[in-house]
Amino acid sequence: MAESIPHDVDAAHVDHGDHHEQTFWQKYVFSTDHKMIAMQYMFTGMAMGLIGAFMAYAFRMQLAFPGDSVPGFGIVTPANYNALVTNHGTIMIFWVAMPVLIAAFGNFLIPLMIGCDDMVFPKINRLSYQIFLLSAVVLVASFFVEGGGFGGAWTAYPPLSAKPIYNLTPLGCTMWVIAVGLEFVAFLLGGINFITTTMNARAPGMKLYDIPIVVWMIVIASILFMLSVGPLIAGAIMLVFDQTLGTAFFDPDKGGDPVLWQHLFWFFGHPEVYVVLLPAIGITAEIITVFSRKKLFAYKTVLHTAFGTGVLSFTVWAHHQFISGIDPRMANVFTVTTLLISIPIAEMMFVYIATLYGGSITLTTPMLWALAFIAEFLIGGVTGIFLGASGADIYFHDTYFVLAHFHYTFYPIAVIGTFAGFTFWFPKMFGKMMNDTLGKIHFWGTIIPFNLIFIPLFVLGAAGQHRRIYDYTGFPELAKYQDVRVFVTVALLVMLAFQLVFFYNCFISWRSGKKAGNNPWDSCTLEWTTSSPPGHGNWKELPTVYRGPYEYSTPGREKDFWPQNEPN
Amino acid sequence: MRPIANTRSASGMPTGLLAVWWVVGSEIVIFGGLLASYIMGRLTHDAWAVQSAHTNTWIGATNTLVLLTSSLTAVLAHQAAEAGDGKLAAKRLYMTVGGACAFVLIKSYEWYTEISHGFTITASPFWSFYYTAAGIHALHVIGGGIIMLIVAHKAKQNLELHRVELIGIYWHFVDLVWIFLFPLLYIAK
Repeated sequence: MAESIPHDVDAAHVDHGDHHEQTFWQKYVFSTDHKMIAMQYMFTGMAMGLIGAFMAYAFRMQLAFPGDSVPGFGIVTPANYNALVTNHGTIMIFWVAMPVLIAAFGNFLIPLMIGCDDMVFPKINRLSYQIFLLSAVVLVASFFVEGGGFGGAWTAYPPLSAKPIYNLTPLGCTMWVIAVGLEFVAFLLGGINFITTTMNARAPGMKLYDIPIVVWMIVIASILFMLSVGPLIAGAIMLVFDQTLGTAFFDPDKGGDPVLWQHLFWFFGHPEVYVVLLPAIGITAEIITVFSRKKLFAYKTVLHTAFGTGVLSFTVWAHHQFISGIDPRMANVFTVTTLLISIPIAEMMFVYIATLYGGSITLTTPMLWALAFIAEFLIGGVTGIFLGASGADIYFHDTYFVLAHFHYTFYPIAVIGTFAGFTFWFPKMFGKMMNDTLGKIHFWGTIIPFNLIFIPLFVLGAAGQHRRIYDYTGFPELAKYQDVRVFVTVALLVMLAFQLVFFYNCFISWRSGKKAGNNPWDSCTLEWTTSSPPGHGNWKELPTVYRGPYEYSTPGREKDFWPQNEPN
Repeated sequence: MRPIANTRSASGMPTGLLAVWWVVGSEIVIFGGLLASYIMGRLTHDAWAVQSAHTNTWIGATNTLVLLTSSLTAVLAHQAAEAGDGKLAAKRLYMTVGGACAFVLIKSYEWYTEISHGFTITASPFWSFYYTAAGIHALHVIGGGIIMLIVAHKAKQNLELHRVELIGIYWHFVDLVWIFLFPLLYIAK
């Protein structure tokens, strides 16, 4: 079979080490190099993250000081408020977590960690980013059209989302769906490369169990994404037709079924949590092994557990619909599957703790982020048990308890996971070390306010504070918690202010940081065997692999790490 | 320029084949979600059966025959490509494209008669599903036909012959979707 592909090896070799002049456009905008595409995804994702954070700032200010003009935004009207919370959620999941964790780290790490010169299909890779960028532009533009941005929540339940006469954003609601649909197409195209590159382009000698965990996790996440997103793509087409042509899919007046959308959305929506969680768990695995100088405890178990989690994640979606009129017998089934899925995740946490146990731990900035990921995600996981039980969920549904719960899962994934990976691979990406003191100031300045924001929100939710309300001061039972809301908003402002330290640190480290050298962390995996940053083609001579990725502190060896490409 | 990564085959399976299966896999779940939604609705709404009685089974059956025949020529094209005869493969691919054109023309005529009888996409959930499912499928037929023309153009010059198999896999998938749509939309009354 393999012979049927014409091999064009000579053409591929010509360019090696020969950095011919490229124009600015070829190098930075229309590049097909996986590292440049990774940077494009990374910075687009971070820019969208700033937009999402600005939205959080605007609506949190409104909640703390209802009716006051928000500096930098102005008066937040109820329609603004709905559009802000909707697009904050949409952006943070689809335009921050996905592009940074899967596309940016996937593109940067997969070819470097498996030892090849680029993705298998560089042009499809470039197309993937271009469609992604287009989707981001469509989403941001939806704020500036007549009627403003869509305000029907990031889950876009019909009939509210399906009829412009209900949601009052005739253009905004359609642009929102189209943007999300384009984003899905971009990631399906990206997934082609992640799978084929990992399966086929591995360095000679690299067996399946020699692939670093983070690469596996990104591959499993891509498969999960591909298998779950299809029904929602179909659903998005149906929703756009309902909005624009007046079809009857989700319109009860014409005999359609609004709950059908909830099934299509959450059949994707729940696996999506694991799509972004798995890469973050993978990043953590790389960092924890390097900074405790120990082999990853139970590599195969982690891998098989991740596959198991993926399978289970398709059986839990209706726990989002316990109060949507679901049959109570079905609620029992979904309660059981939901509680079951905490087992593999807990197992991974134990594996990480076992990896740390007895290791010689160095608390560098990336290690702090990785440890924080474990600790904070644990809180998110444990509160999920409350919500997975249908009895408790009937009370907690759509309160701030739910909101605090999923922020305790998504924040560790999207923010802590990203900072962990970014600070860890910054030397490889830019060839300079980051300033560790500034990194630690940024770490504590982010983690402490994060907890101060969301722990009070658990309390508010348990007290009965419902989500998606513009101004709580009109509710006598909830108005008395106004001090808590002000406290939470102040904590958010502090956290946002500390992000300036991060950007300052990036800038000065990039300008005048210490040179990193090839392998500043004494790591075993392949990306550290080439120059920092790697040149075009990644290696002068592509590496050969002799062993697994985590051979730290092997007894009887002089050095405490044993790179994958060293013959012996 | 092709990266070295593109020339490796650690799994033993050609990279292009892996990529096409990925595309087919993602398409299967897209159509799977759409058809599962339709089947769930159909099972719980008796009125849909009455509406589906207005579809034209004979036209649907003709189109099934057209698509199956075009799949046969796609297989024969693959056979020719395996034997290294690019010219013959291209000729057979052009025949498949002819089948695709016939399918789309018949489909257009069918939609024209239905719309003129008042069965539009907004008439009811059944008709919404009918036009959406068949419409997305027809887009796949058109898209597949265009790609096939490009593949055939190269194959005629004996270039990139492995692509004949890849477009064939995709074409069988498009055929298979119709094999599901035909009984669900036309035969089941």
